[in-house]
Amino acid sequence: MSEQLNVPTMAECMAEGKTPDILFWVGSAGSYDDRAKKITKAFVKILNKANVNFAVLGTEESATGDLAKRAGNEFLFQMQAMMNIEVLNMYEVKRIVTCDPHSFNCLKNEYPGLGGVYEVIHHTQFIKELISSGKLDVKESDYKGKQITFHDPCYLGRANSEYDAPRDVLNALNANLVEMKRSKATALCCGAGGAQMFKEPEKGDKDINELRTEDALQTNPDIIATACPYCMTMMSDGVKVKEKEAQIKVMDIAELIASSQNL
Amino acid sequence: MNYLPNIIFAIALILGFGYFAKNVKKLVRNIKLGQDVDVSDNKSLRMKNMINIALGQSKMVKRPVSGFLHVVVYVGFVIINIEVLEIIIDGLFGTHRIFSSVLPEAVYGFLIGTFEILAILVLVAVIIFWIRRNVIKLARFWKDEMKGWPKSDGNFILYFEMVLMTLFLVMNATDGTFQEANSGNIISQYIAPLFSGIAESTVHFIERAAWWLHIVGILIFLNYLYFSKHLHILLAFPNTYYGRVNNKGELNNLASVTTEVKMMMDPSADPFAAAPEGAEDEVPAKFGASDVQDLSWVQLLNSYTCTECGRCTSECPANLTGKKLSPRKIMMDTRDRLEEVGKNIDTNKGTFVDDGKQLLGDYITNEEIWACTSCNACLEACPVSIDPLSIIIEMRRYLVMEQSAAPTELNNMMTNIENNGAPWPYNQQDRLNWKNE
Repeated sequence: MSEQLNVPTMAECMAEGKTPDILFWVGSAGSYDDRAKKITKAFVKILNKANVNFAVLGTEESATGDLAKRAGNEFLFQMQAMMNIEVLNMYEVKRIVTCDPHSFNCLKNEYPGLGGVYEVIHHTQFIKELISSGKLDVKESDYKGKQITFHDPCYLGRANSEYDAPRDVLNALNANLVEMKRSKATALCCGAGGAQMFKEPEKGDKDINELRTEDALQTNPDIIATACPYCMTMMSDGVKVKEKEAQIKVMDIAELIASSQNL
Repeated sequence: MNYLPNIIFAIALILGFGYFAKNVKKLVRNIKLGQDVDVSDNKSLRMKNMINIALGQSKMVKRPVSGFLHVVVYVGFVIINIEVLEIIIDGLFGTHRIFSSVLPEAVYGFLIGTFEILAILVLVAVIIFWIRRNVIKLARFWKDEMKGWPKSDGNFILYFEMVLMTLFLVMNATDGTFQEANSGNIISQYIAPLFSGIAESTVHFIERAAWWLHIVGILIFLNYLYFSKHLHILLAFPNTYYGRVNNKGELNNLASVTTEVKMMMDPSADPFAAAPEGAEDEVPAKFGASDVQDLSWVQLLNSYTCTECGRCTSECPANLTGKKLSPRKIMMDTRDRLEEVGKNIDTNKGTFVDDGKQLLGDYITNEEIWACTSCNACLEACPVSIDPLSIIIEMRRYLVMEQSAAPTELNNMMTNIENNGAPWPYNQQDRLNWKNE
């Protein structure tokens, strides 16, 4: 399978005198986290299938600094941001797509003030674009009639008001989309945001991902769809805690699209 | 003629408005203790926000039941206060229902009739609010931070409104000439019979008493605002105007940090160079915030605007899972500390004398600050555009950049980012390995 992936780097493109249309920002989770790497690969398969002229930074990419910023370390954030901006501007990057809503939010909203001005889109928005422009055909889908509930990532939804793109993509699969009682603007966080992913939670009576998983289970889903690597970890753990991993899959929207097309 | 009532009335008005003005000055001074922040951008969007969110109550009605009841009280209160204008003129000039002799009878009747209907609706809504707080005991009104004064404050406001509305209706019901005219007494005509067996002079006395208590009650209520969560009826307007206009996910970039980072990254920079002529040589006292004076004045305005409804807390994932963090408490603590600082300035003749306390530590604990997932649910839920998250982030900044007091796991994560460009201890050279796995 892996040999089929075509993942050019910006450096290679530059050496060959090519200019990619879009940069795929893989992000730290997408690069190193075992579960998130599958999302990254699924998205690359989609990009390859739709013949998108893209590239990645590869080893020249570094953490956006979003985590440091939310943990209060503005120094570290701005150092990361300025290093990344230097690289991005050197390659004259205009458009960026990423599977991580945290990178998406940070690149889109917090980099411009430091000299990094790009059009930044989330992979669900990009997939929607590919489908509606006819570059990606998803008419035949394995997920027809499957009960899917979508968990809104905070940094895609509330933070940047994008509620429709992921749902439009799921609807393109002819899936039976069911909403949780808390969804869109009132969606409950998975519990990973604000750097919580990297620490033990404070004392309480429950873990946040467990509560959110209960929200999802109430919809009797076959699949819980997410669009964020951190939500993926939290929701997968939640499903395990509830001992439902045999019945319910947690999948990223990119994975749903890729697998529906047998990519 | 006897001018005594007119004089007493004028004195009451002057005292009422004068004391209120004095406290408004104090309020403005306290808010200005905050750091300056530029809010001169997006004027039309800000105006639109104020019209939609404060005037139009667009976020209140996201929760239909409390939203609808709130609109009733809000509309009722604003419109019924037109009647106060008549009361003030009558009181100052010794007239009786001046508008009834100026306006055509049908118009006056229509106005008072509308006020009466609104008064009874407000009364009903306020009683339902009281039941929600005290009988149904909605969880958000019974959280830890709502014990003591905040709980009583919420109820006092409801009692005030119940009494004021009742006085207005009784005043109309016991007004013989108004009842005889039989125009506009839509509700009070059903209250009037209660007084039918009583001597005319006594009924007249009750009418006068209700009239006086009504206006004095309004003046007391006006002055109660400053000491209460109820300030939102005024501050919701500036607060929604100065509230966030960018994407909720965007945190500000600290300009002071930018200067230092740029210097660090510029190989040709001379760290010992004198600041260029005219350059701002103001080095901020500290990074982040540990006390109210470190916050921006908009954040302080936020704290006075909070009416403790608890919608933020009821949607906070940390609070919903039993953690100590409550966004409402963050706002209440900020306001209470600001009041304490204000009183300190008052007693020390205009200057703040260090009292050995600060917002972080004495009011808000580190445990609360670190429990936040920065999910923005609190901002989304707030009906008047308050931003508790920005205060939490400022305090994290203080803890990390001034105190190096982040939780150990977060320090490890940040060390990894510094060394490897990722939150995990993986080599940056392995960043593209996924491609071939």
